[in-house]
Amino acid sequence: MNKALIYGLLLSTLMVTAPHAVHLPLWVSALCFSVLVWRSYLTYSGNTLPKRGLLTAITLGSMGGILIEFHTLFGREVGVALLMLLATLKLMELRTMRDAMALLFLSCFIIITNFFYSQSLPTGLYMLATLLVIATIWVHLNAPEITFKPRLRVAATLLLQAIPLTLILFVLFPRVQGPLWGMPQDAYSSSGLDDKMTPGSLGKLALSDEVAFRVSYPGRPPRRDQMYWRGPVLWLYDGSTWTPGRNRQGIQPNFTDATDPIEYNVTLEPHNKNWLFLLDMPNHISITAGLSDDFQVLSREPVNARLRYEARSHLRYTANMQESAGQLQRALQLPQGFNPRARELAAGWRSKADNETGIVQEALAYFHQQEFFYTLEPPLLGRDSVDDFLFNTRRGFCEHYASAFVFLMRAAGIPARVVTGYQGGELNAVGNYYIVRQSDAHAWAEVWLAGHGWQRIDPTAAVAPARVERSLSAALPDNAALPFMSRNPPQWMRELRLNWDALSNRWNQWVLGYDSELQFALLSRLGMESVSMQKMALNMIAGLGIIIALFAAFMLRHLFKREQDKVQTAWLKVCRKLAKAGMPRAAHEGPQDYAKRVAIARPDLKDAIHDLANRYSALRYRGMANHEQEFLYRATTFSPSKRAS
Amino acid sequence: MLELNHSLFKRPTVLTSLKQKFRAWLFRPRIEHGTVILTQRRIFILPTKQGLTFGVVLVVMLLGDINYNLSLGYVLTFLLAMMAVMSMLHAFRNLAHLEIHAGRADAVFCGETARFQLHFNNRSELPRYRLCLKGMADIAPQCFDLPARQSSDVFFELAALRRGWLETGRLTLYTEFPLGLFHAWSYLHFDTRCLIYPKPLDEALLPPGYAPDGEGKRPVEGDDDFAGLRNYIAGDALPRIAWKAYARGQGLQVKQFATQVGDELLLNLADTPDSDLEGRLARMTRWVLDAEALGLRYGLLLKGEELPSGNGTAHRDECLRRIALFGLDMAGMV
Repeated sequence: MNKALIYGLLLSTLMVTAPHAVHLPLWVSALCFSVLVWRSYLTYSGNTLPKRGLLTAITLGSMGGILIEFHTLFGREVGVALLMLLATLKLMELRTMRDAMALLFLSCFIIITNFFYSQSLPTGLYMLATLLVIATIWVHLNAPEITFKPRLRVAATLLLQAIPLTLILFVLFPRVQGPLWGMPQDAYSSSGLDDKMTPGSLGKLALSDEVAFRVSYPGRPPRRDQMYWRGPVLWLYDGSTWTPGRNRQGIQPNFTDATDPIEYNVTLEPHNKNWLFLLDMPNHISITAGLSDDFQVLSREPVNARLRYEARSHLRYTANMQESAGQLQRALQLPQGFNPRARELAAGWRSKADNETGIVQEALAYFHQQEFFYTLEPPLLGRDSVDDFLFNTRRGFCEHYASAFVFLMRAAGIPARVVTGYQGGELNAVGNYYIVRQSDAHAWAEVWLAGHGWQRIDPTAAVAPARVERSLSAALPDNAALPFMSRNPPQWMRELRLNWDALSNRWNQWVLGYDSELQFALLSRLGMESVSMQKMALNMIAGLGIIIALFAAFMLRHLFKREQDKVQTAWLKVCRKLAKAGMPRAAHEGPQDYAKRVAIARPDLKDAIHDLANRYSALRYRGMANHEQEFLYRATTFSPSKRAS
Repeated sequence: MLELNHSLFKRPTVLTSLKQKFRAWLFRPRIEHGTVILTQRRIFILPTKQGLTFGVVLVVMLLGDINYNLSLGYVLTFLLAMMAVMSMLHAFRNLAHLEIHAGRADAVFCGETARFQLHFNNRSELPRYRLCLKGMADIAPQCFDLPARQSSDVFFELAALRRGWLETGRLTLYTEFPLGLFHAWSYLHFDTRCLIYPKPLDEALLPPGYAPDGEGKRPVEGDDDFAGLRNYIAGDALPRIAWKAYARGQGLQVKQFATQVGDELLLNLADTPDSDLEGRLARMTRWVLDAEALGLRYGLLLKGEELPSGNGTAHRDECLRRIALFGLDMAGMV
């Protein structure tokens, strides 16, 4: 195998493995990289490949390392790590052309595994570039003598021709909704809300720029302080952590006086959890989902692919005027032996107030009037975390306020619970939709008041109204650590970012989110009546057939064009004239032999025919095009009937 | 290809015989002369083993895409599949409309390599890459490129194992360019043939010559007339030792005899001492070569078939040709 080919294979292997370097354990990336460097050095210096025994030892050693690192040889991460090692080590025993082909096939597989982690537009473009490199090497492998330029041209032609065909396949290939078989839980990366809340858990999310979901409103968007996207509802408190607890059978969610309907479309990023985000209170959703007793909308399967749904909510409502005794009991649970001062404070409010609404007002006023600060970097709290927060540190993020508030309510005998989710979002004027990021994660409280049902109370709003009315960055002091972009970047950078997000949103909706549902919708909009799989398949085959036929016609046009060769036509004319004079040319006879024969039969034509035959041979076989005019002239004026003597 | 369409449920014997018949019909021998143009009807395409493997890889990829709902995975899988499909068209084009005609094949001696000239003409603007030529024998193919708008000669080589006419047999011109996933091929069976002379003996004494007109005789070693003395060499026959000369004190001398021969030779098959025909023809071949090399005039007599004396390369080639074809059915084919 020649050196250029091996350098090519090294490049393609580097290109397919590089994006994985960040997901893999450091030692795997380092090992793969050093094998690549080693192989480059061997190729450069012309040394022989290492013995098979050494390679086996490295392979077994790294397998052992993976087993220690992951405790298993199955699963996505392990699979990717093994593929990486396999591909790089395969380079070390590249002996035949078949080895090289196997490496190329393996490279294609590795590209696919990268899509587990990212399917963004840049990833797509990078894939195209990688594919071009792979195709170029592939051509080289099958034609070792071909030089670089035609090799690249052939590969690029193949790739470019495949693009329109791929487009047809992509749109029309009948989509089957996966999964076909169960997949390991770790198949999808996830980040985002958890169904647990400890002091600091949301604060960590606030540093993440990642998109949680995008929302567009066909009509007027709601006010910002109405954008409460409901996530997990937390009931059980153990003194430090809030969890959903065991769900007791409550009564059916019941919304009375529901008004102010609002329609919206959500494109939810995969988060590997069941919950779907809707505005309070949900009324309708376009996909199959259930409504829990605490008003959470849950899908049947974990959301492990981007999901699009249309939904309707009512912004004004009365929720569960009647609540089951069991649920109210749960909403009053408190851990024994924690936070005595907070309990004391709550008991004091209880004794003073004449009704429950008064207690709630009292608590909000307490947060508002006392010296509380909204910060992403709250100090650590002691064992009695609520006491510590309320009376000592007084610095916290939304989860501190929600947690303390619900604790106080329960201590005062008002059923209350913590609700987590997202609040607000950033308007992207380019695409006219809202981007809700992980940094918009929020926690608030709900209290149940007799005669009013469950009511949302956001204690954070009492401390930092800007958080709810504007954004996180508006609510925080200027020196707080925040994702760079949440701050106030220059205008052009903001615009660039919003444009990019609008493009990504398109990409997500139309390319990545293209599933059987969207396929049916698109095809019926394009005018296909009663869309069915068979119809799609037939259209797909017809479409492919037409385009391939067009390509074939274009590619073969040179070959079928019967070129009018002036020189040959003239020579054939001479032969025809001689045939008429009784001396036809035999099919196998070359010009020289024919001329000799003619010269013997007709000595008077000897000079003329030899001259013509010589000129013809020179033009045809030696490419002396500059004598063409002379030959054509002599051929047309040649006349065998004229006797020269 | 079509043969795959046969029902899978037929008994294997029927299937096999049908297959054979189909093959025999599809690939029926067509020995051609003149220029062959590779039209689309002459070009066949099937996936290679690697092509089939690649198909399996694509199916696995597609299953992964469906299972994990990888939209970009679909894109990659489709791109690869369509590149493979287009590579089929490229393979076809790589062969299409080439013009080929058989050129000469110079006669060689048995045991040498016969080289059949094939004249390839690529009239198109399109360079053809990695065309391979393979004979019936199981030997490595010869691969070459054809630049655009050029004609080039390719020599198909075949070992010459027997005297007589050697034919190329059916040649396969194939290409797997550009991706090695499809095998496009065409059969070439030209009426070209190469004459194989018998392998000459390493050395053989020429038969005595004669002079039809009595002139130009020259002595060669023989036993008719006394021709002189020379020094004894160990191993000389005792009766030949010149004892008289020895007695005269001239040392051991050996009597030499010579036969008067003319410088015209009649190379007669009947004069060869060998037991089998091939051996005799091998000796005759050596004789012809030596006689020509010595600049003698020589004629040929092969069991009643006589070629009058002459010399020069043309005469030598004619003699060799007759010897090569002697006793073979193809002798009459010129």
